[in-house]
Amino acid sequence: MGDSQYSFSLTTFSPSGKLVQIEHALTAVGSGQTSLGIKAANGVVIATEKKLPSILVDESSVQKIQTLTPNIGVVYSGMGPDFRVLVRKSWKQAEQYHRLYKEPIPVTQLVREIAAVMQEFTQSGGVRPFGVSLLVAGFDDNGPQLYQVDPSGSYFSWKASAMGKNVSNAKTFLEKRYTDDMELDDAVHTSILTLKEGFEGQISGKNIEIGIIGADKQFRVLTPAEIEDYLAEVE
Amino acid sequence: MSIFEYNGSALIAMVGKNCFAIASDRRLGVQLQTIATDFQRIYKIHDRLFLGLSGLATDAQTLYQRLVFRHKLYQLREERVMKPETFASMVSALLYEKRFGPYFCQPVIAGLGDEDKPFICTMDSIGAKELAKDFVVTGTASESLYGACEAMFKPDMEAEELFETISQALLSSVDRDCLSGWGGHVYVVTPTEVKERILKGRMD
Repeated sequence: MGDSQYSFSLTTFSPSGKLVQIEHALTAVGSGQTSLGIKAANGVVIATEKKLPSILVDESSVQKIQTLTPNIGVVYSGMGPDFRVLVRKSWKQAEQYHRLYKEPIPVTQLVREIAAVMQEFTQSGGVRPFGVSLLVAGFDDNGPQLYQVDPSGSYFSWKASAMGKNVSNAKTFLEKRYTDDMELDDAVHTSILTLKEGFEGQISGKNIEIGIIGADKQFRVLTPAEIEDYLAEVE
Repeated sequence: MSIFEYNGSALIAMVGKNCFAIASDRRLGVQLQTIATDFQRIYKIHDRLFLGLSGLATDAQTLYQRLVFRHKLYQLREERVMKPETFASMVSALLYEKRFGPYFCQPVIAGLGDEDKPFICTMDSIGAKELAKDFVVTGTASESLYGACEAMFKPDMEAEELFETISQALLSSVDRDCLSGWGGHVYVVTPTEVKERILKGRMD
């Protein structure tokens, strides 16, 4: 990756065939707080660490997991402000789809649109790629789905995935623990245990965020009290 | 003379028991002169969705082409065909885009939705949707069509009886309208098959 001569213009390929800015963007993602998602038989759970820079920060004002549509939610690893821009664009895409077809947007279609936006920013002049990877969790007519979208604009469907700081340990842990017939509650427990693996300090309902979507097709973020209940079950 | 009466047309869609029928006349005229007696007004979007377009023939043809284009792209992107309700919402949105320079057409949409439930609707030329549980009509003969359908319609008819009813309603109504007629074109759609039939009525 020492093609420093080619790392100024992101629209130029380096001799090794890479777009160096995308590599750097992935590094930014890799140093972000850990987030993960697990697809269960009857729903999807996404979770992330919520480490705040100081105890003076009002943690209830920070929301890392966002709802894109009533049945699709998203979490990120990387740069928060970039995430907010993508969420805004996704809201608009989803609403435009609904205005035209009077139907909720299917998960794959929304993921495709977000990925197209992220790809645009790797091929336009004067812009930089987004410094986030997203985990999109949704439940539509094709059942529960979990997608990861990278700064390059490529997207993958996962049964379980992790991103950010502790990614390799988290993925190993998930590989061992994942089963195809997992229920949503089991998936929440597994996601808490996975976060615990790389967590510095005492885990609590206030320093992690969990979002779930079940067969009711309603995405919601768990309250700190609900997270405490799950934490108690895991102990 | 109204632009909607330039070419002449008559369209009905009717709901039956797990089936629907859509029928049109076959005349294409230029005001008083008859140009064609085999004009197609009903188009298949996919096996379980049909679209009828009444009004100005050129706009009907162009609108059909645009809608088929949109549906084909939808099918490629989403790897499924459109549900009738979704298609109707899309037609309504497309028509409203041209609010101040509209297509001079009135569409009739008929399809089988989820669980083989029949769906019909019509809209005006700027996209005001009208869903109905029994029948919808448009065209120059619409007033006669409303009367005939109201009198002859029964709920939950089977495919054969539905065919008889819609055909009688169509033929008797176009006989009272000089701009539509020259036979009929009827599609009866059930979950298993599509039956297309040509009617011979008063050929004038």
